[in-house]
Amino acid sequence: MDYKAFLIKYAEIGLKGKNRYLFEDALVRQMQFNLEPVGDFLIRKESGRIFVEAQEEFDFDEALEALKRVFGISSICPIITEEDKDFEHIAAVVNEYMHERYDDYHFTFKVFCRRGDKHYPMESMEVAAAIGERILDEFEDIRVDVHKPDVKLTIEIRNKVYIYSDEIPGPGGMPVGTGGRAMLLLSGGIDSPVAGYMISKRGVSLEATYFHAPPYTSERAKQKVVDLAKLIAKYTGPIRLHVVNFTDIQLAIYEKCPHDELTIIMRRYMMKIAEHFAKESGCLALVTGESIGQVASQTLQSLYCTNEVCEMPVFRPCIGMDKQDIVEISEKINTYETSILPYEDCCTIFVAKHPVTKPRLDKIQKSERNLDDCIDQLMQEAIATEEVIKIHAN
Amino acid sequence: MAEIYFDNGATTRVFPEVKEIMSEVMEIEYGNPSSMHLKGFHAEQYVNKSKEIIAKSLKVDPKDIYFTSGGTEANNMALIGAALAGRRTRRHIITTRIEHASIYNPLGFLEDEGFEVTYLPVDEKGIVLLDALKEALRPDTLMVSIMCVNNEIGSIMPIEEIGKIVKAYDPEILFHTDCIQAYGKLKLFPKKWKVDMLSVSGHKIHGPKGIGFIYIRNGVKIKPIIWGGNQQKGMRSGTENVPGIAGLGKAAEIIYTNHKEKMDTIRGVKEHFIERVVNEVENVKNNSGEAPHICSISFPGVRSEVLLHSLEDRGIYVSAGSACSSNKPEVSGTLRGIGLERDYYESTLRFSFSLYNTVEEADQCVEALKELVPVLRKYKRR
Repeated sequence: MDYKAFLIKYAEIGLKGKNRYLFEDALVRQMQFNLEPVGDFLIRKESGRIFVEAQEEFDFDEALEALKRVFGISSICPIITEEDKDFEHIAAVVNEYMHERYDDYHFTFKVFCRRGDKHYPMESMEVAAAIGERILDEFEDIRVDVHKPDVKLTIEIRNKVYIYSDEIPGPGGMPVGTGGRAMLLLSGGIDSPVAGYMISKRGVSLEATYFHAPPYTSERAKQKVVDLAKLIAKYTGPIRLHVVNFTDIQLAIYEKCPHDELTIIMRRYMMKIAEHFAKESGCLALVTGESIGQVASQTLQSLYCTNEVCEMPVFRPCIGMDKQDIVEISEKINTYETSILPYEDCCTIFVAKHPVTKPRLDKIQKSERNLDDCIDQLMQEAIATEEVIKIHAN
Repeated sequence: MAEIYFDNGATTRVFPEVKEIMSEVMEIEYGNPSSMHLKGFHAEQYVNKSKEIIAKSLKVDPKDIYFTSGGTEANNMALIGAALAGRRTRRHIITTRIEHASIYNPLGFLEDEGFEVTYLPVDEKGIVLLDALKEALRPDTLMVSIMCVNNEIGSIMPIEEIGKIVKAYDPEILFHTDCIQAYGKLKLFPKKWKVDMLSVSGHKIHGPKGIGFIYIRNGVKIKPIIWGGNQQKGMRSGTENVPGIAGLGKAAEIIYTNHKEKMDTIRGVKEHFIERVVNEVENVKNNSGEAPHICSISFPGVRSEVLLHSLEDRGIYVSAGSACSSNKPEVSGTLRGIGLERDYYESTLRFSFSLYNTVEEADQCVEALKELVPVLRKYKRR
């Protein structure tokens, strides 16, 4: 089947009141961005629908994949477009479509008609019934079922005629850029890219912070995070990635604080630094990949201790998910293979054999006092020496 | 920051003359050696010239040199090619426990195909135990494949004695040696040493990447592993990589001119470096063998990757274990083969030198190690 156009349906944003156009515009913008590397497409809005028309030859699967990454799309219908609205012509095209689209005809169907063009000489019901008859005439095995049809053939008569019978699910959610901006703490692991994806799905644009610790982590470990950011940017749009050198802070904690509290204390400073960059760039929340109980630093007690340093809300979309569920999403969004590359990240290098699993906030705060003489200086240095990398998917 | 490149066992910078002859071939004499016209003939001349240089360096007949895409292909061709040719009567292969992956993995493939492989142990210096070799030889042994210079520690195997032992047991047994770290560093005498096949890579001797060769003694029966337009007598089809071949020949010519002086220079840097490190850095272990260019030192208490990246911060490039496999942190076969304990093999760096290195660079590296090692030892994983 040689499709040249898609009809895009969107769900939730249809509910928005007077600022609906903002959502639609954001959706169109994201579609344009994602389709840009695929080829030349014309995207236009028409009463609650968005049409995508190819202006040149293109790869269907590639275009479909690009559209499936646009949050806000509820379904994608590959369509046949006809300029000629004459009923006889439409009936002929429909039969031709049925021949090409299906191999055998042992199924039930129903014809739906929507008439945007109110001047059209026939009413919707009449068109549907008449087309249904033509199909029954053409295909011997086919049957009508108006309650539970296998195939729903839709004909929309607007300024042109659109014919389709496939409705491919989109990702849902809200168009990126309609929900404000948040700061993702991005590590090289499986969870944080998934967390970024999930927040972004609600229309939130992302910035990200990565902590590296040379010489304990390598350039390849950093490149891996850049690669992960690039992969999620296919969904979220461009990401500004803040790379922070965390070595000296980590070594100071290692020297001066109880070893079993190292990870918790480290994470508290990471949150503080990420929040600093978040405020600086207009983010309204922090996002992490934490999930309750997954590791020692993600018990409820640990989360309570890390959370305490932040003023901003911290969103943890993976919080109630099992590892396997997170892995499944990471496979779906294609970050899994990169995440499991075996480079050490700065969370793993100094990990204690038996880290605390039930830290007490007062005790942690007391341990942190050992850092009083140096930590402000070290934090300032870490912040001042950040490197910002602009990540684009295309 | 000046760069100090001490990872010449991984790869080397090409000689300027190599770059020159390669651009000459790419820009001017870009013909296909198989073409009948003059342009093709000119290209063929570069191939023949390189073959001659290489043959001369090994004291063998130029007809017995075949160009490959590199050391890995040469090793694959030797092992798989000989196995394909001899599989009806002989199905036993002998090698050592400290070979490169381009020997191991083809042998693993052959094991899956029904061959039996004996892996000989080595002593604490990384030299194969000859008694073990004598015991391993069997009437159905097809081939013995033993590297000449180990890539991780630079130990040199007694190739001549191995040749004698193998051929005394049964002259029909093929003897292959992986000389990828040896060619250009040692003088090699395949005929005298009764070597049937010998593999070499271009980029370890200041030649280009993507080119290597195999010497196959006339009369050795092996089957090609790549089939096509019957270039190189059908042994290795595919249009010859003429720029690569010309570059490899040029590199071989340079490295084997005033060879002893060149190697003395490299060995001087290596020995100076080892002496200083052993005397001036506390608690280290020198694992280095006799090859002029490879030095292996363990720094217990420091993880090798961390020390590697700390040196990299100062523009000094070295490798942890063998560079070819260092992207996946696998435990080195060689370092375990010579009996190193975990604290040692996890803290081992390889420093490998070339003509481009100087004693001053070695001194700078020693100073860096003297500073870094004690600091990094303080931050050991508890």
